[in-house]
Formats: sequence, C-alpha cells, structure tokens
Amino acid sequence: MQQIQDQAPPSMVKDSRMVEADEEKLIKKELAALKEQVSTPTTSLKQMRECLVRLIYCEMLGYEASFGYIHAIKLAQQGSLMEKRVGYLAVSLFLNESHELLLLLVNTVLKDLQSTNLLEVCMALTVASQLFPPDMIPAVLPLVEEKLQHSKEIIRRKAVLALYKFYLLAPNQVQHIHDKFRKALCDRDPGVMAASLHIYLLLIKENPGGYKDLTSSFVTILKQVVGGKLAVDFNYHSVPAPWLQIQLLRILRLLGKDDQITSELMYDILDESLRRAEINHNITYAILFECIQTVYTIHPKVDLLEKAAKCNGKFILSPKNNLKYLGLKALSYVIQQDMNLVLQHQMTIIECLDHPDPIIKRETLELLYRITNAQNVAVIVQKMLDYLRQSKDEYITISLVGKVAELAEKYAPTNEWFIQTMNAVFSVGGDMIPADIPNNFLRLLAEGFDDEVEDKQLRLYAVNSYLALLEKNNIHYPQRFLQVMSWVLGEYSYLKTEAKAEDIIQSLHYLLGKCSASLETKAWIFSAITKLFRLTLNVKVLPEVLQNYGNSMDSCLRQCSFELKQLVEDKEIMNTVLPLDESCNDIVVDASLSFLDGFVADALGHGAAPYKPHHQRQEERLSQEKVLNFEPYGLSFATSPQISSVTGRQSPTGLSFNSEISCNSTEAGLKDSDSLKLDGVKKVWGKEGYLRKKKESKEETVASPNSESDVTADFTSTAEKTAGLSAEEQEKKLLASSLFVGLGSNNLVSLMGKNQSTTQKFRRKSKIVEGQNSYERTMSTQKAIAPPLAQIPNLMDNVLESCNPFQESKAMLLRKTASDSAEVPTEEPAQESDEAWNSSNNLKTIRAVPSASKESISGLFADGNFDIVQPGNCNSALVAHEPNSSLSPGLPVEFAEHSHSKFELVCANENIALFSCKVWKEDCLLIVLFFTNRSSIEVTNATVNFALTDELQACESTDFPFPLVESLATVKCQLCLQMMKPCARVLLTGHVTYHLETSQQTQEEFALALFLTDFIRPLKLTTEEFGHLWLSLSNDVKQNLSFTSDSPEALTVALRTLQQELKLHIVDIIGAEGIVACQLLPSTSCLLHCRFHAGILSVWLRSGCCVLPDCLLYECQKVIQKL
Amino acid sequence: MIKAILIFNNHGKPRLSKFYEHYSEDTQQQIIRETFHLVSKRDENVCNFLEGGMLIGGADNKLIYRHYATLYFVFCVDSSESELGILDLIQVFVETLDKCFENVCELDLIFHVDKVHNILAEMVMGGMVLETNMNEIVTQIDAQNKMEKSEAGLAGAPARAVSAVKNMNLPEMPRNINIGDISIKVPNLPSFK
Repeated sequence: MQQIQDQAPPSMVKDSRMVEADEEKLIKKELAALKEQVSTPTTSLKQMRECLVRLIYCEMLGYEASFGYIHAIKLAQQGSLMEKRVGYLAVSLFLNESHELLLLLVNTVLKDLQSTNLLEVCMALTVASQLFPPDMIPAVLPLVEEKLQHSKEIIRRKAVLALYKFYLLAPNQVQHIHDKFRKALCDRDPGVMAASLHIYLLLIKENPGGYKDLTSSFVTILKQVVGGKLAVDFNYHSVPAPWLQIQLLRILRLLGKDDQITSELMYDILDESLRRAEINHNITYAILFECIQTVYTIHPKVDLLEKAAKCNGKFILSPKNNLKYLGLKALSYVIQQDMNLVLQHQMTIIECLDHPDPIIKRETLELLYRITNAQNVAVIVQKMLDYLRQSKDEYITISLVGKVAELAEKYAPTNEWFIQTMNAVFSVGGDMIPADIPNNFLRLLAEGFDDEVEDKQLRLYAVNSYLALLEKNNIHYPQRFLQVMSWVLGEYSYLKTEAKAEDIIQSLHYLLGKCSASLETKAWIFSAITKLFRLTLNVKVLPEVLQNYGNSMDSCLRQCSFELKQLVEDKEIMNTVLPLDESCNDIVVDASLSFLDGFVADALGHGAAPYKPHHQRQEERLSQEKVLNFEPYGLSFATSPQISSVTGRQSPTGLSFNSEISCNSTEAGLKDSDSLKLDGVKKVWGKEGYLRKKKESKEETVASPNSESDVTADFTSTAEKTAGLSAEEQEKKLLASSLFVGLGSNNLVSLMGKNQSTTQKFRRKSKIVEGQNSYERTMSTQKAIAPPLAQIPNLMDNVLESCNPFQESKAMLLRKTASDSAEVPTEEPAQESDEAWNSSNNLKTIRAVPSASKESISGLFADGNFDIVQPGNCNSALVAHEPNSSLSPGLPVEFAEHSHSKFELVCANENIALFSCKVWKEDCLLIVLFFTNRSSIEVTNATVNFALTDELQACESTDFPFPLVESLATVKCQLCLQMMKPCARVLLTGHVTYHLETSQQTQEEFALALFLTDFIRPLKLTTEEFGHLWLSLSNDVKQNLSFTSDSPEALTVALRTLQQELKLHIVDIIGAEGIVACQLLPSTSCLLHCRFHAGILSVWLRSGCCVLPDCLLYECQKVIQKL
Repeated sequence: MIKAILIFNNHGKPRLSKFYEHYSEDTQQQIIRETFHLVSKRDENVCNFLEGGMLIGGADNKLIYRHYATLYFVFCVDSSESELGILDLIQVFVETLDKCFENVCELDLIFHVDKVHNILAEMVMGGMVLETNMNEIVTQIDAQNKMEKSEAGLAGAPARAVSAVKNMNLPEMPRNINIGDISIKVPNLPSFK
C-alpha cells in the first residue's frame, strides 16, 4: 500500500481543487499507463494488485476501465490471499450478473468455497451472493448449503446471507432448504440467528400465515434480547443489540397483523420494549418507532395503544428534526386507527407546515392528505398548492399533483373551486404532470353526471375560465394545460351562447401559431378548431387556416388541415364524424376493413397470393428447413401462440371493432397500451353522490354556525391555557380550526374512509355495465380524449366508412363474431400409438385440444355434485386408524380407472373426520373429500368450503353443503382443480362447518398440500409437432444434472423414470438425445430436450410460461437425484 | 435492503461507491451526481432523510445521509430498513473507519479504496446488514490483515510451511456469547419439504 501512496498520481490528491479538464487529462494518462502495464507479461501479481486498486478508483470516478476486467479475474484465480482479495473486490465492483466474463469466475469460486482457508471461503461467499445470476446458482448451491454447518460462525453467517440472496433471485431453487433456515434461526451464535431473520422477514412478508408457529420463538428471542441476556459485546450505546430488536419487531408486526391470537402472544414484550426504551439516544428512538408501528399494526390493545400514542408524542414534539419527521410519519400511519391523536398534535402539525425543512413539510402534507374531508379540503389543497409552487423537485411535484387532483375530484365543494383548482394543478404541475390527471379530468367533464343542468354549468364554467385565460397575452401555459383547454373549448364552446365561435377559432388559431406549442399540442388545438367549425357557418377564418397549414412541413398538421377542408365542405359528414356533445359515445369503426373485401377478392382473382402474417411466414420458412432441428436451435421467437392466434384474422367480414375486442382479451390488452390508462382511478362519480352534494351544500349553509361552534368547543381547553394569544398564534389557531374541522370524535367514523361516500362531492357516473366495462371505458375515452395524433387514423376510417356504399349499417356493432372459435389449436390431435408411454399409473394421455376438457367435466358432474356413501360396518375408531379399509369402497367407480392417491386424514375431532384422495384425471386434479360423521347423532348443515389461492382454479363452486349427515355416515364431495400459476407446492386450505343437533356451529380448518406434479400431464406430440412448438416457445431454462449411471441405456432409464414419476411423455429418443413433452393443466405446454454425455444429463426446458420451466426443472432434479 | 452506499466530498467527487443492485456505469455516475445534488443543498440543521429521486427506484426508496467534515456518507435504502437504524449504522461505519485508519480523513479513502471496501464488506453483505458491532468488525479486519501479512512474509519459504500458515484459521472471536437459554421451539412440521 505504501508504494501506491508514493506513486499515486497527483490527480487523486488534489482533484477537488482542479479543473475538470485537467483531471480528465491526468486520469486518461494514468489509464493509458495502466493499460500498458497490465498487458505486459512481466508484470508481477503484486504489481497487478496495485494496478487494479487504481483501476477501481478510476472506474469509480466514471472512467472506462474495462481492459482491466479480465486481469481482475486472473488475479482472483491465481493470486495469494492478499492479491486474491483485491482481485475479488475488483471483480465484484467491475462485473455484473449478466457480464460474460463471469463464467470464467465460476471455477475459482467453487475452488475457494472448498478451501480450508476461512478468508478464501468468505470471499467466495461474498462474490457469489453479489454477482451470481439465477442460472449459476445451482453450481454453488450445494457448497453454500454445506457451509451452514461450518464450525466458524462468520462463515455460517455469510452462508445464510448468500442463501437469502439466492432466494431473492430464484426462490424455486432454494425451496428445499427451508428447514435449514430454521436451524440457522436456532443457531447457537446470535449473529447467525440475526442473519437468518433477514430471510424470515422476507418469507413472512410473502406468506404470513405459514409461519405463525414461529411467533412464540420470535417473542422469546426478543424477550431475551430486551432482558439483556446477550453478551455486553452486542450492546450499542448500552442498548442490547438494537438492530436485532428492530428486525424482530418488524417480523412480529407482520405476524400479528389481523390476527388476535398471535397478537396476544406479543403484548407483553411490546409493553416491555416500550418501557425499556427510556434512554435518550437515537437508537432507542429507532426501537421505539418500530414498537409504535407494531402496536398500531397488530390486533389493538387499549393500554398499549395509549402508551404508543404517548411515545409518539415524544417524536412529534422533539426538537430534533429526524424524530419529528418520523413522528409525522407514524402519525399518518396511526390515523387509520385513531384520529384523536391528530387532534392532540394539531398545533405541532400547523407549525410543521411552516417548517424550514421541505422534507418535514412534505410529510406534513402527506398527513393532511389523509385527514382531508369535505370541510377542510379547500385549506389543505391550498397548502399543497403553495408547497408545489415552491418545490422544484420533479418527483415530489408528480406525486403531490396527483394527490391534489384526487382530493379535488373527491371533495370539491363547488364547480368553480374545482375548475380553479384543476387550473392551478395544470399550471403548477407543468409538463411534469402525469398524463392520467388531464385524462381523468376530461373524462369527468365528458361523462358528466346524471344531472344535465349541473353538467352544463360545470362545462360552461370551464369554457369561461379557459377563454379568460387565453385572453391574457404573453403567458406561457404548459403543454398539457393547453391540450386540456383546447379539448374543452372544442367540445363545449357551444354552451357559451354569447361567444362567437369565430372568435374562439381566432384565438385558438393564434395559439397554434405560437412556436411554444409542441407538435402534439398543435394537433389537439387543430382538432378543437375543426370541431368549432361545426358551430359556425362563417368560414371567414378558414382560408387563412388552410393557407397556413395546408403546406405545413409537418405531415400531421397538413393532414389535419385537409381533413378540415373536407369536413367543412360536407356538413353531413362533419356531423357524423364529430357529433355535438357525444364525445362519450362510441364511434363504430370497421377495424376488419371489410369494405376492402371487394378489392381483396379482385386481387386474389387476378392471382395474388393470399396474405400471411409475418410470423407465419417466418415459421413456415424455418420448419421447411429441417424436420427436427436440434442443433443449433437458431433464433427463439418471442411470438407466443396466443398472439399468433390474434393476428391470424380468420374472417375478414363484418367484424366490428367492438365485438372483436370484447371477444379477445389479448387484443384488448394490446389496445389498452396505446390508449388511456384508467386503472387505479377511483370511480367516485355516481348518481347518489352527486345528488347528495346539492342537498349537502344547502344543509351546510344552514348548519354552518353550528359546526363552527363545535369546532371552537374543541379549542376551549387549549384556549384557556394560553389566555393572552399573540396575533400570530391566533392565526395559527384559525388555521388549525379550518384544517382539523370535522375531525372531532363525533364524526370520527366518517373520516376513516368507510363512510366516505357521504362526503365525496364529485362522483363519477358509473355508466359501465357488466363484463366489457374495462374495454368500453377505454374506448369511449380513447375516442373522447385521446390526442388527435392517435385519433387521425380513426377519423379517416370514419370518413371512409361513411363514404362506403357497401357499409352494413350500425347493426354490425351487434354482431358478435365468435372470434375465439376461430382460433385454431396449434397442436394436432394426439397420435394414438404410444409405445413409449408406459401407462403404469393408468393415465390417459391428453389430446392437446384445450376446449375438450370443459365438456367432459360437465358431463361428469351432470348427475349432481355428491352422493352419499354408507360405509356400513364402520365405527369411529376404525375410521381414524384405517381409513383405507373402511372407505376405499366409497371411491366411486368412475374414478377407479384413474390413478389416485391413498386416503389421507386431513382433519378430525371426536365428532367428524375428513379424508381426502387425489384423483389424477387427465383434464384436472380431482380432490375427493370424504366427510364422516363419527358421532352417534346427526350432523346438520355441514358445509365444506375450499379457499383457493391465486395459483389454483376450480372448475365449479368451492362450497359443498350437506344438509344432513346421519350418524356414522360418510358423504363425499369433489373439487376439480387446475393450476393457473405454476409453483412447486401450494396449500389448498379450507374449512368445514357443521352443527351437531342443536348445539352451536363448529368450524374445523384443514389444509392439503398439492404439488406441481399433481397437475402435470403427458402431452402427446409427434417429433415434427415438437419441433414446431419448440420454436414458438420463448422461455427457456438449461441445466446440467449429474447422473451417476454409465450404462449406454442411461438416457433411456432417466427418461423412463421422468415419465413415470412426473407423467411426462417421451416423444422421441435419438442417440444420446431425447425429447419429452408435458403440459401443466389446464393447457400450458412445456417441452424438454435432454442430452446425456459423460455422466451429465443436460436438460433444456422451454415453455410459454416463464415460471414453469424453473419449477419443472426442480422436480426433474429431485427425480434424477433419487436414481 | 440497502441499494447503494455512496461517499462523496463537499464538491461531489465520489470517494466510494458500492451498488448492491446492478446499474450501468452511466447510471451509477448519474445517481452519484443527482444524490450529491439533492444532499448538498440541504441545510445543516434539517433531518437526515430524503425521499429518493426518480433515479434510484422511486417512491419506496429513501436516502439517509450524514455529513462529516468534508465527506457525505449516503445510504440508499428501501422501505424495509429502519431510518434511525441506518443512521446509526453510518455512525458505526465511520467510527470503524476511524479506528482502522487512526483518524480517518478523505485521503485515506482515496489511497486505501480496497481497505475501505473490505471494511464495508464486513458490515454489509449483498445489501443486507451483516454486522453492527464495531469491535467485531475491527477484530475481523485485523485478523485478516495479520493473516495476509504472515502469508506474504512466507512467500519464499518452502511450500509446506506456506500451506501450514494458509490453513491456520482465524482466531475465534472472544464474544462470550451466552444465549444457551434461548430454547426456540421449532416444531418439526411434516409439510416442510
């Protein structure tokens, strides 16, 4: 190191005082020298180490030093400890997980993981966790796992964290070591235990229900930590292991959420934590803060809440800004539970509004945003706008502008206020404003409410205000604001009878001429001008407009002006294309271009080749090349079969735009992307809300003296304390009263958001009916608001359509062409000869036609959902011990031909017992559940209910009622399941409720573990079909599995085993390669290509679904390992 | 999770940057620049938290920073980290640096980039906090240095001696941990595969 210091270039020392250019020159020179040195073969490892340290520095300064990457890897490979350390460090700073040089590092890392030297192992663990991508994890995973048993705690700790990173990257590959995580949690070294908490925090966040059993363990650990059972070493400022406490409190918070029983376990320790954290140090506040959040998240307990509230006071009232900030943060969190706390601290909140720190100010506004109601909205929005005017930060502006718009829409007291506020939003937000705000605003105006008069008033007010704004000269408005103005003026100027359309056109024309407007805005303005020509016969301005833009350099404007010319000439077309006040109604567009059919037919008649979509052409070309194209596979196409079925237009006639999309969700999704994004927007504009608004405003004026006295009453207590108030304080009080109005305990409930409907002013009209809603909404607004740039093609289509003599009137709209029936299954029916498939488990292979499955299910259940089986000689003891003998006769004959699992007892008590049996049908997994009444009396009103997770889908209802089950009788119900999201293991939970004679209802919960393999079925394909399908699938995973057998039959053995264990279908075996196909129910196919070479089975999986190959690979791995 | 750790001086010159998620070279530089821009315009007496800019991950992320003499220490973290906890972690980091370098100054960070990174690696691994105890970190670093030195000194010695030293393990840390009475009941759930 000494040497470096001597030789260090001056740039590194005094660059802070240097001019940029000088520095650049020096570093460049230094880099050139380094480049030369590293490439000299005589450079020793020691010198290389120094070079790399300098390269690290140069690269940090932002200079390119990629020539040194390979040397970093070399140093890590060859160097002794000291050099190795620098080599690894450089590698972890230079490379990333997708860098190609990383491959060269794998062997080094493997070697070092096996080293006896602790340092080398540590370095290897660090690099592996930092850099390795998912596909390299299997290579190191066994070694890292091994390290969990290492004798040194530092290694165990790093191994745990490395596994955590692996879990983040590829959860499926780490699934099997969950119990090892538990061991780490119980490790004798607290450091290792602390490291394992990272994993548990993540696991519990993902699935809080799965780890409730660990609650008491976490509580015990926390108790001992808080109680000072740890060595003094762990103390930080005499607080025992504070970071550990923080982590534990977070875990408990997740576990206790919405769960009274679990929460009760932790009340004591939370109480103690709150009490212990007395010392006035930063880190105790960190613990307190976590405590408060935990107390407010878990099932509430009154005295704990009180204590937490008191603690929170310490934060808010603290003179330290950090604590104040956190206090405010906690407060906006607490608000969901307890509004009174806000009232307690109202004066502090007011002070924070004028805090010099903008971050604290912002947090205060965040808090206010959450307590906004109809009464204080004006003040709060004003405060927010004030803040916005001062803030320059783009990120803050965007989020705050969205909030203001939301509040304005929700609680606006009057039309005028609403329009003014939105104007302020548009002008303050500028061009940073996200597109959905103007879109929502326009949609609100366009869709209106059910009250025509109100609609008109709102629109008219908007028109008036925009005209006034446009009259002001020399003011620069942001683009989005101009777009909003021009749309409103174009659409609703007719409401303002006293203004002449020509004048408005004139001023818009003037706006168009200004260079400040962007092209997009110009298109908006132009379309507004076009619309305004509906209103006037006076076309005096027209020639001027046409002259200016008819030869515009910009093709868009030129097209607009030509359209304008056409439309003005023909009023009839104008009225069809741009009807007055019908922006919400859909224009019917003939998307299938059926009017071109004649033309196409003519061309075909003259010998033209029929049209094939691009992907079809490409696939045909590829498939002609070779029948089974193994090596190399060439390009993989991203086109999935779904998309191809969409674009493959089957019937070119009479398909209206509307019906096409509603039938085809994929296409709707595609269209969505280029129209407006409206999801996440609250539909608050409804009939009731709007009407109520009118009533309320009347009531308010009457009741206002009353409510004011309410408010002042709130303040009497504080007012008494500070008798002589300064004028400034008076002002603050006044502000407080306006801000916190309506937050008193009397109407506390309404604030919690539950009753918000009563306070929401603007409620969006819910005009959408039934299924197609999302699409219709998009369409109506697309038409209404989409920028004219996007509208132009539509507009032209319309014109064409209305000119088209063959057009089939609007009835087309009603014709729902079943476009999904036109989809042709990509796979051919299965081949019948099946020598490879050894049907030991009696499974019939599945024809790859997806639609076939549904019919068979309904056929099966046509005779009712369940039938009653009388087990005869069964007594309750027997049932519990030998369910098989007593119940297997109960399995209906129709299932006996299918393979099925053994009976499993899923839940039992003294009265009832539940057994399950999995039947692997070819189109679904059938769960047959037997409900046995073991008591001596009748069971009534029993219901079995399954709770399905996202991963699973049931074909029918998941509730099975049994009105009456006699004593010692058994009934059964069956549930058909398919897996929607692939995952290795999923829990099917459910509960059964029943009454025993007249006694109370009893509920028992049960859970069944389902595995991926339960849903895997063979997919019968020919080699040729396999080749086709392989090309169309885009998600692939490759892995080498070690496989000890050396016999020439090894591949066949392996494949047979896979076939038997996982129900795959062997398509073909050619030499050392084999191809295998399967599908995940309902219809996700997955193809495998296996090659056996020198004790290694390389498996290559492809599927249309991105998760499936991973999961299936994991299963294959397990099977092969067993061999 | 910690997304990045940045150290730069009052002029915005980076002195250390460690990213725990992959960003391209240009993005890294931009993040450093923007972070400096955000942090440097803050007064001395305001809070140490900043809501992240657009660059480093949007709403969920925060910047937590401390200013020491000529250097800013900035941690970019997501919502799963405790603000005050990280703030004290920075303090631990700086105290550790101070102990390892004996009165740390900006120049130490320049000339010993690798050492600083090694110290950091003992505290934070892959974005997760690994160790928060300063003494523990210092002992680890010292032990490592000693081991390296002894190995370097033996460079010319016969191979057997070298491997003997190489296989010599790090000294076990005197931690006096007595957590034996923590009896965590971990039921053996059959469902755990």
